[in-house]
Order: sequence, then C-alpha cells, then structure tokens
Amino acid sequence: MPTLDLILEVILLTVKVAVLTQIIFALPMPLTWLERKIAGHIQVRLGPWRVGPHGILQPFADAIKLLFKEDIVPDKADKILFKIAPLIAMVPAFAVFAAIPLGDTFKIPVIGAEVKLYLSDMNVGALYILAIGGLSVYGMILGGWASNSKYALLGGLRCSAQMISYEIAVSFAVIGVVMLSNSLNLLEIVKSQGGSFLSWNFLYLPVGPVWFAIFLIGSVAEINRIPFDLSEDEGTLSSGYHTEYSGMRFSFFMLAEYVAMVTVSILSVIFFFGGWNAPFAFLSFIPPIAWFMGKVCFFIYFFMWVRFTLPRYRYDQLMKIGWKILIPLSLVNILITGLMLI
Amino acid sequence: MLIDYLPVLIITGVASFMAAAALFVSFLLRPNNPYREKNTPWECGMDPVGDANTGHTRIPFFIIAILFIVFDVETLFLFPWAALLPDKGISVFIFIEMFIFIAVLALGLVYAWVKGALEWV
Repeated sequence: MPTLDLILEVILLTVKVAVLTQIIFALPMPLTWLERKIAGHIQVRLGPWRVGPHGILQPFADAIKLLFKEDIVPDKADKILFKIAPLIAMVPAFAVFAAIPLGDTFKIPVIGAEVKLYLSDMNVGALYILAIGGLSVYGMILGGWASNSKYALLGGLRCSAQMISYEIAVSFAVIGVVMLSNSLNLLEIVKSQGGSFLSWNFLYLPVGPVWFAIFLIGSVAEINRIPFDLSEDEGTLSSGYHTEYSGMRFSFFMLAEYVAMVTVSILSVIFFFGGWNAPFAFLSFIPPIAWFMGKVCFFIYFFMWVRFTLPRYRYDQLMKIGWKILIPLSLVNILITGLMLI
Repeated sequence: MLIDYLPVLIITGVASFMAAAALFVSFLLRPNNPYREKNTPWECGMDPVGDANTGHTRIPFFIIAILFIVFDVETLFLFPWAALLPDKGISVFIFIEMFIFIAVLALGLVYAWVKGALEWV
C-alpha cells in the first residue's frame, strides 16, 4: 500500500522530469544559433543575420522548416528499424539526465520551500551515466544499417567503432575520478571537491590534469564533434549515418548530438571542476547554481571553439590516438593514482 | 533503493512521449509525395549497385568490437575497486592485486598491438 508521501514524491518527480525534458528538448535551439554565430565570428563573418535581430529567430525558422519537411523512407530500407533508430539515439541522451545533479538543494525565495535540484540520488550514478550514454551508439549503427545506403552504412560502422574505442578511455577517466573522490555518487563527488579550487579533482597533481585530458579528448570523440567527427565526414561520406534521413527524424539525431554535448560539459564540471562549488571560499555568496551554469557554459563554448579551430583527423589517426595513446596512458595513470592514494 | 531508479523510467517515458508528439505534429503538417527516384539511396545521382546491408564490411571493425568487450569488462572490474581503494585496512593488498590484473590486461594490449590488430591502413 503506497503511502501519501510516496505518491506526493512521485508527482513531484514527474513534474520535475517534465520541466527538465522540456528544457533539454528546447536547448538545441539557442545552441545552434550560438554555434553558428560563434562560427561566423571566428571565421570573420556575421553568421545568421536575416531572421530577426542578429539572426536570433533563425532557430525557430529552422524548427518550422524541419517540421514541414517530408519524411523520406527509402524503398529498400528496413522500414521499422529505419523509423525507430532516431528514437533509440535520442531517448538515452535524455535518460542520462536522471542521474545528473544540477545542484544540491534550492530554496525558492518567496514560499521558502526547498527543492532538490537532482532527480535521483543513485549511488552508482557515474556507472549509470556511462552505461546509458553508451546506448546511443545503437541508434547510430541501426540508422546507418537500416538505410541500405553505402554512405550511411560506412558512417554507422565508423561511428560505432569510434564510440566504443573512446568509451574505454572515458571509462578509465571516470575510474580515476572515482578513485580521487572515493565515491560513485555524483553528489558525493561534488561534495568531496568543496572548499576552494585547490581541492578540485583537476588540480590533484600530478594525475588530475592527465585524467581531465583523457576525459576531454575521449568525450569529444564520443559526441562525434570536430576534430573527431569522422562518422559524418562530408568529404568522404556525404553525411554519415544520417545521409538518408530528413525532417523530424534527422533533427532527432541532431538533438541527440547537442544534448550529448551539454551532458559532457556538465560531467566535465562535476568530475573535475568542483561542480557548483565556488573557486574561493569568500565568493560563496554567489548562488551555487550560477557557478554551475557559468562553468557549464564555458565548456559548451569550449567545444564550439574547438570545432572551428582544429582540422579533422584521419580515421587511422583517430584509432591510433584511442588505442595506442589514451588507453596505455590511462592504465599507467591508474597505477600512479593508486600509488598516491594508498 | 528502488525509488532512486524511478526517475529513469519517468524520464524515458516523457522523452519518448515528446518525440512521438513531435513526429505526430510533423505527420499532420508535412507533405507526402514519394516516387521511385526520391526513394533510392543517395549516391551522388548514380543508380545504386547492389544492396548495402549484405554485410560487406572490413574485418578490423569486428576486431575492434572484440577488443572493446575485453577492455570494457575490465573497466567494470575496476569500478568497485576504485571506490574501495582509499580504505586503509585493505588498500595495499587490493592495489597489488589490481596491479597484477592490469599487468595481465596490458600484456593483452601489447599482444594485440604486436599482432597488428590496432593497425588501421
């Protein structure tokens, strides 16, 4: 027999999930505008300009366009897999957020009620994020295979090989964080980095910066962004695994990619840069959520900056970096971190 | 605690529902005019030759998948170890244990490397 408290808690959870999902669903709109604007300014041009002041309404125009596009399903495609593959790519990107905390608790100013800024305080949060985040690869390889197009097949295969290769490096980096913070719970990981910026995992010398470098390189490859976006290398593969997709289904793949970028930015902040802790104790009058959002925005900007600064790697170079540099480096680093902790 | 995992179910449901809703709205608005040329796979305007999904792919992808399984299982073993390591009573013992484990796996990586499984030409 469920008690009243339990029912209330489930209702509150559902409301929080609904709000969070709406926000994430709408998040790519400002992000695409920002990305194109940053791209424009880095390449000394204006970026979106025509629709609205400074092109700020461009994402809305794009959304309307995508909504009105025909949904083309190739004759020879595996129809069912072709239709559900974008959903398989997209839903895990959202499900990851069940374990991601955005803060500890937040006091609503007027009514004085406290709201928890996380959905689930699960004790295996880091492992859950790795597991669910890895599921997106199924959507990409199924989409590539079901299209029955050679470009899409090659793109899907490349994408899956790349993602599973770098997933190992990312897992090792997360293990490093777990060793430093002594917990798999994301709230505990942030708590262990409290105080000043000297206790952030990034500054746990000498292993912290190495873990961060492995995590960052691995995650850029995981989310398929330049310099590792080999799966959608337009020079050789036209558009990779989503060559045959159009309209809303295409936008779901893009949505998954942008949400993954936000997830990786949030995880970098939580794992290495103290989450919502202020860098100096005397600055803690600024609300934690502001610190958190500021750091996350910096990382989102960083990923866009990298995209328009670095050229793309070749596929053999990509595999070489993953298997011959990052994995041996992380094995050695695990032993060094272990030696420092015992 | 099972209640900690309830949000996973809810967020999966809500995300799927929103995706389905977006697809439905698009279904009401979009045109539908398929014809033979539009529904062929995109190949720069050429007529596609043969099927793509008959499995003609390079074998290194398969080798990478096998190596992935080996190393991913290894990381799973490392997670509980990493959470327990700073416990002073057992830390030296489990560190030596894990050192041997990692050494064996590193040997496996060296073997794959020497055999050329990691070469991608």
